[in-house]
Amino acid sequence: MTLDAAIQFLAQGAQMFLVLLIAPLAVGVTRRVKARLMRRQGAPLMQGYRDLAKLLRKESVLAESASWLFRTAPYLIFALTWVAAALVPSFASGLMFNWAADVVALVALLGAARALLALAGMDVGTSFGGIGSSREMMIATLAEPAMMLIVLTLAIAAGTTRLAGVADFFIAEPLAVRVSLALSLVALVIVALAENARIPVDNPVTHLELTMVHEAMVLEYSGRHLALIEAASMLKLTLYLSLLICLFAPFGMAPAAAGIGGWLIGTAAWSSKLLLGAALLGVWEVSIAKMRVFRLPDFLGVAFVFASIAILLAYLSRGAAE
Amino acid sequence: MERPGQRVLGVYGLGSALGVLAVAAILATLTQAALALVYPLCATAAIVLGALDLQVLLSDGSLSGSLPLGLPTIGLRLRLDPLSAFFGVVINGGVLTASLYGVGLDRIELTRRVEPLFPIFAAAMNLVLVADDAYGFLFFWELMSLSSWALVVARHTDPEARHAGHVYLMMAALGTVSLLFAFGGLAGPAGGYSFDAIRAHPPGPAVAALVLAAALIGCGSKGGLVPLHAWLPLAHPAAPSHVSALMSGVMTKVAIYGFMRIAFDLLGPPSWWWALPPVVLGALTAVLGLLYAVLDRDLKRVLAYSTIENVGVIFVALGLALAFKANAFSAAAAVALTAALLHVLNHSWFKSLLFLGAGAVLHATGRRDLDGLGGLIRTMPRTAVLFLVGALAISALPPLNGFVSEWLLFQAVLAGPTLPQASLHFAAPAIGAMLALAAALAAACFVRVYGTAFLGRPRSVEAAQAHDVGAAQQVAMGVLAMLCILGGLLGGPLAAALSPLVTRIVGGALAAGGGPTPLSLVAFDAGRSVYDAPVIALFVAIASVTTLVIVHRLSERRTRRGPAWDCGFPDPSPATQYTASSFAQPLRRVYGTVAFSARETVTMPPPGDRAAARFSVVLVDHAWRVFYAAPARAVLDLSLRLNALQFLTIRRYLVLMFGALVILLAIAAVAT
Repeated sequence: MTLDAAIQFLAQGAQMFLVLLIAPLAVGVTRRVKARLMRRQGAPLMQGYRDLAKLLRKESVLAESASWLFRTAPYLIFALTWVAAALVPSFASGLMFNWAADVVALVALLGAARALLALAGMDVGTSFGGIGSSREMMIATLAEPAMMLIVLTLAIAAGTTRLAGVADFFIAEPLAVRVSLALSLVALVIVALAENARIPVDNPVTHLELTMVHEAMVLEYSGRHLALIEAASMLKLTLYLSLLICLFAPFGMAPAAAGIGGWLIGTAAWSSKLLLGAALLGVWEVSIAKMRVFRLPDFLGVAFVFASIAILLAYLSRGAAE
Repeated sequence: MERPGQRVLGVYGLGSALGVLAVAAILATLTQAALALVYPLCATAAIVLGALDLQVLLSDGSLSGSLPLGLPTIGLRLRLDPLSAFFGVVINGGVLTASLYGVGLDRIELTRRVEPLFPIFAAAMNLVLVADDAYGFLFFWELMSLSSWALVVARHTDPEARHAGHVYLMMAALGTVSLLFAFGGLAGPAGGYSFDAIRAHPPGPAVAALVLAAALIGCGSKGGLVPLHAWLPLAHPAAPSHVSALMSGVMTKVAIYGFMRIAFDLLGPPSWWWALPPVVLGALTAVLGLLYAVLDRDLKRVLAYSTIENVGVIFVALGLALAFKANAFSAAAAVALTAALLHVLNHSWFKSLLFLGAGAVLHATGRRDLDGLGGLIRTMPRTAVLFLVGALAISALPPLNGFVSEWLLFQAVLAGPTLPQASLHFAAPAIGAMLALAAALAAACFVRVYGTAFLGRPRSVEAAQAHDVGAAQQVAMGVLAMLCILGGLLGGPLAAALSPLVTRIVGGALAAGGGPTPLSLVAFDAGRSVYDAPVIALFVAIASVTTLVIVHRLSERRTRRGPAWDCGFPDPSPATQYTASSFAQPLRRVYGTVAFSARETVTMPPPGDRAAARFSVVLVDHAWRVFYAAPARAVLDLSLRLNALQFLTIRRYLVLMFGALVILLAIAAVAT
């Protein structure tokens, strides 16, 4: 029993390190795919790791007006995002702490990281930091209602808000095409694009552009602090890809009772799906232009409408099933 | 349940604590020197009353008695049952911390216009809770309204405070009148005004609907339910800050208590449609309250608007509890009701903390306008830390206490689709989306408040020269901040402590101890939804410490201070920072154009002209326009017209009187 518990504990730890390990690679894949589609050579796949190592080696320059909050925030943001990412089931659904946070709590953990980042953006007292923070919080107000509706649809279908429970449910269910879930998927993809500051909501490669959001908030960071912030945003991308996989394509994921063999298969399945997702993101990003900030309500409104229709359909199908 | 020893102790405690409050009030009116005694006495009384309430709540007992005062037939009945005791704990916690804050006030800040009223206000709120008949309830309710009104107009030389007092008095009167109707309906034609008599004969469905509407108006106007909210952002900030903390953090809870007493206790078994008005109005209130808050530039007014939001959230939870209770879904009703009660408790803590923090800022800088503050994290380091805890807690961020009740409420909403009534289960997603919007707006609102007031560079001389407040005030805020943290981590045990009360009201409770760890909070069952704040907090703590250690090992540790980068164009003037108004601009564009018909106009001088460009924003408060300005105009209009009646000849008056007599006789003839 204790050995079993130890293995379970290690598996949870392994998931924690796995997400951390794969996150820069996923970003590398996205960047590489984008570059190739634009007929550029592109940076090597490992560039994400190199960037982080480079930032860690550099000294940190703090603005004179930066307070303690500015220095502590990166650690907390990184830790919050990391814990949230480690709680999304990746290779197995029945890990030791899979119950600690359900979808609602997970979204709130990311919300806490976002609030801290927005506060850090305002700490130095520059106009860029403020513009980024205020837009980030505005986008969050647009994304969260849609997210809530998606959660509600899943809860209606699976009867639980625990991610592992939802994943188990979809593994067990025969692969029936459900319109409501397809609509939720679209909605969640849109929310994920917004939350990760990807095109068309924000452009992760621009600086010095007034439409930027995330990059404006972190403009004052450098050195190890910037490394942590960058790592946190890579983790967040991995988290959302994991979440999409866990909720809509959980095949291959090891069920609760699986042993080490199942976990290995699960890891292979999860990481290939994750990298595929990252590649798709690259394709998506070259095929669409960045939107103006004030067109975002329309874009996220689409997510909201899709999520609402998904709920209506979920009601109807439930009514038909009864 | 009721042991004689406990009863004697209880009556003794209640009596002596109220006596202490009375003595404090009388002393303060008599001599200037006694003013300083008010707050220690109030703190003592609050401790005694709070302990008594806690004892009754935890032992699930009750205390009752009657005094030969009040209505001739029934006297004044008093009863402290677990529901009153729970709200008593909330109120006396607020009174205690506000008094602690008051202890630290400077001698010269004490006036006879504030200090004698403070104990009366505290006693009145306690007495509303223990009143066990309609007369006593209304009497103490009115005492509470009037004493708080007097506190609002304490700075009567300020026209804004006078205006606030005027609006408050009108709304308080409206509230009391509707409660009068509510209790009239409850008592029925037989006139049984004691709560026992009302419970024995619950009214029929038609009367129940009217009573519910009257209770919603009466309690909603005190709590700030839209559209009855307009007085709240005027009156709460006008009072001295520790009184604002009481009014916003605690008095609104008395309104919630009134609604709960009527809807869950006196009205008898609920029908499902009772849920609709509180849920719909509550959700509207939650969103609209924050939209007001996020656009306002006055620190204390923002806090008052956010109180409106929280009251809305509590009403949503209460409405859901009614819906589940009516359908006999006791597990879901327990989740919703626990969410409501925990939010009452949590809101009283973080809102008191934030108002006391605002008081500290006001004391140190003399300013409440967000755009005149900034950089307080360096000049007021302690207040800044404590205020940050409050700001994160009210934004419903884990692992603080605001998220515990928010999480439970979301779980209740997620159970909404199981309700059999179509209007309710189709309302559930809309309510969920509105609550999620409110939560996101709350985060935006408090990032804005904290970011402009405490972070950045000081925007005024006062902010640059601010200093932390005294030790007593820091202790008061520190206690509340500690409660916010502990309440967040110990949500599970807190919910378990409330379960006897919840079981009493809705017939079910949260599954205690069914979770993976003893401290986890479980909604429905452990397979369905678990939130384990201690485990998550532990994880985050371990992760951040590990990161700190590893990053410091691996990385270059040199840190240099330099001018801000700001994309190469740093401007030394603090005026170039983002202000509260600029932070709100995206939200104003997205939501303000719909909710407040916001319009921006930019006037640019022609090229070559060196005149300044002008930017102005026009917001229309539709709620005020429709529900306040229009009726006020109508009343004025009508009175101007009726004014003509004052200048008639005596013959016409006689004709009018004769006409009135004939009409009355005709009515009497028809009626009999």
